[in-house]
Amino acid sequence: MKKKPTTVQFTGTKEQEEKLLAVIRKYDGVKGKMMPILQEAQEIYGYLPIEVQRIIARETGVSLEEIYGIVSFYAQFKLNPDGKVAIAVCLGTACYVKGSGELVEAISDELKVAPGSTSADGKFSLEATRCIGACGLAPVLTVNGEVYGRLTKADIPGILAKYKD
Amino acid sequence: MMEMLNLKINGIPVTAPKGATVLDAAKEAGIDIPTLCYLKEINEIGACRLCLVEVREMRGASFGPARMVTSCVYPVSEGMEVVTNSPKIARSRKMNLELLVSNHNKECLSCVRSTTCELQRLCQEYGVDENRFSGAKTESAVDDSSAAIIRDTSKCILCRRCVAACRNLQGIGVIGANNRGFDTVIGTAMDVPLNTTSCINCGQCIVACPTGALHERDDTDKVFEALADPNKKVYICAAPSVRAQIGECFGYEPGTDCEGKMVAAIRRLGFDGVFDMNVTADLTIVEEANELVSRLTKGGALPMITSCSPGWIKYCEHYYPEMTENLSTCKSPQQMFGALMKTWFAQKEGIDPEDIFFVSAIPCTAKKFEVGRPDQSAAGVPDVDVAITTRELGRMIRKAGISFKALKDEAFDTPFSRGSGAGIIFGATGGVMEAALRYAAEIILRTKLEKVDFEEVRGVEGVKFAAYKLGDTEVKVAVASGTKNAKKLMEMVKSGEADVQFIEIMACPGGCVNGGGQPYQPASVRNSVDLRAVRAAILYRADAATDLRKSQDNAEVMQLYRDFLGEPNSHKAHEVLHTSYIKRGL
Repeated sequence: MKKKPTTVQFTGTKEQEEKLLAVIRKYDGVKGKMMPILQEAQEIYGYLPIEVQRIIARETGVSLEEIYGIVSFYAQFKLNPDGKVAIAVCLGTACYVKGSGELVEAISDELKVAPGSTSADGKFSLEATRCIGACGLAPVLTVNGEVYGRLTKADIPGILAKYKD
Repeated sequence: MMEMLNLKINGIPVTAPKGATVLDAAKEAGIDIPTLCYLKEINEIGACRLCLVEVREMRGASFGPARMVTSCVYPVSEGMEVVTNSPKIARSRKMNLELLVSNHNKECLSCVRSTTCELQRLCQEYGVDENRFSGAKTESAVDDSSAAIIRDTSKCILCRRCVAACRNLQGIGVIGANNRGFDTVIGTAMDVPLNTTSCINCGQCIVACPTGALHERDDTDKVFEALADPNKKVYICAAPSVRAQIGECFGYEPGTDCEGKMVAAIRRLGFDGVFDMNVTADLTIVEEANELVSRLTKGGALPMITSCSPGWIKYCEHYYPEMTENLSTCKSPQQMFGALMKTWFAQKEGIDPEDIFFVSAIPCTAKKFEVGRPDQSAAGVPDVDVAITTRELGRMIRKAGISFKALKDEAFDTPFSRGSGAGIIFGATGGVMEAALRYAAEIILRTKLEKVDFEEVRGVEGVKFAAYKLGDTEVKVAVASGTKNAKKLMEMVKSGEADVQFIEIMACPGGCVNGGGQPYQPASVRNSVDLRAVRAAILYRADAATDLRKSQDNAEVMQLYRDFLGEPNSHKAHEVLHTSYIKRGL
């Protein structure tokens, strides 16, 4: 799925930047260093917003677009931070044929959060995932790791209500 | 001694050096293989799969199975047998084209590249069924935020020639492949509008593009409107590289000088005056050389760097903001011309500057951005109203029904009718430097220069150095073209490795003759002809042929100083002919 830029404000700290600069120094002169730098940057910040990509571009001399090309290519790199309430809907084959696509739509409509992004206040994130191995419970979603299965659209408001305040 | 390998191409014995690709070996043997994504030494990635050929290679003592490979990246091997054309190969190429056009916006009728599109030509050759595969299309968008360059991803075939031009050739990299699989698009970081990036508007992406996915902002309608307006006086000046390349728009071979026909054609479009930009190239030399002398004797940032190339200016502002003090404050010849038209010329002719519509014809897309820069309005109105590229001028001439090839040569109008040879060579890398040296040498030696050729600064190398002993003074200079080479040179200057006083930089490799606004040449030509050298040769021939070879001998320029500007670098000259820069950063 195409990634969406985040609307969550960047709140990176001086400490995080120091750590990132240390990572970039560590890989100085190493061939193929961009992947490990990006992976470790994501560990530091939890995601890879443009502000972080910009630091990496400045320090490595690689163009910002080339870095964004890599970030937008690999599924593991995230442009949005996890929300305080992180919702992941399984779009694996079993869940999909059981209607998980509708669940994504229902959640997206209710929270006004596009799939693959995080609400501007950083509270909710909505992610469509590959198979999570709980096909017996299809269609299935998780909220902060808690599993909800055998769902229909009608179950969504009830589940979300638990996390809304 | 290079190791040579023996192979057969279409049954004919051929030798090729080890490491050569099948495509190279075939070319050497006089066999053309179609390509689409391949640009020699710039984009060699085997992505479009149009150059498919069948090869059989030796596996021990016998042949392995026949395999289909992409010839642009596949190396030759001893004993290899290659077939470049068979029904099976043709079918494969055809299907690859059909898959490409299945995700392509096929509005060919109205496309700016119709008849010059490389995809269209190949589809015709292979008899492609454009509707064989139908279905979903990748989400596309038009980015028309830039003053110079329009991107339409619906026409993009992801060959990445533009990406390679921007990243590998120019060392900039503001566009690249984003997302993956079916969602892949060529775009900017975070898909922001191009005009918010460090794009320098050089247009090398446009001349690299095989389709209509990238093109210049077409300003020809604005010019036609002005020409039809009875209240406007419409004037135009043409840069040296336009006359040298406009012929390519009308089927002349690259390397044909069409100055006289160009002037005749422009006059028939209805302009009130057709002027030679070489005159303000000469004026630039007088102003710039005096500025250099002043910096050398009275102090100022050194080395001084030329400011004619608006692509280079924006590059410097983004990537070397700390070096903007080193830039000459001289406006480019285009902007000097416009400034004079709306001040001196307007006064002289008794025309309100508001009623003058001034057009420049240039080989450059970045000039479209330059006309809108701040501090480029000597008379309180923009110095230049519209800058049109060589391609747009060609389009206007065709649209107006003018038979270019049938025209007799005509001459430019006064009072800007004749530039010197020094002005002509502005279009080639090293040309501004040579023109400046012709001027500086006479100033320093206080005698007429016998030999005006400074051959050390000529040629297409990316970075050139030269030193000249002029009396007791040693003048050390450097020349770079292409921003990737400019970066190399700037780093050498910053480290102290390059100890020079004067630097010429052009944003496009080879200089203006190879600008982003020049006529399209397909990859088949680009890969076999060094357009930079062939096109530049026209300018050097014209320079050698004229009896007016030095800017300081240009009577029209000297008249300007007498009538209007006073001395070089005078207060008046500064008001009209000089400008300022912005520290943009990244």
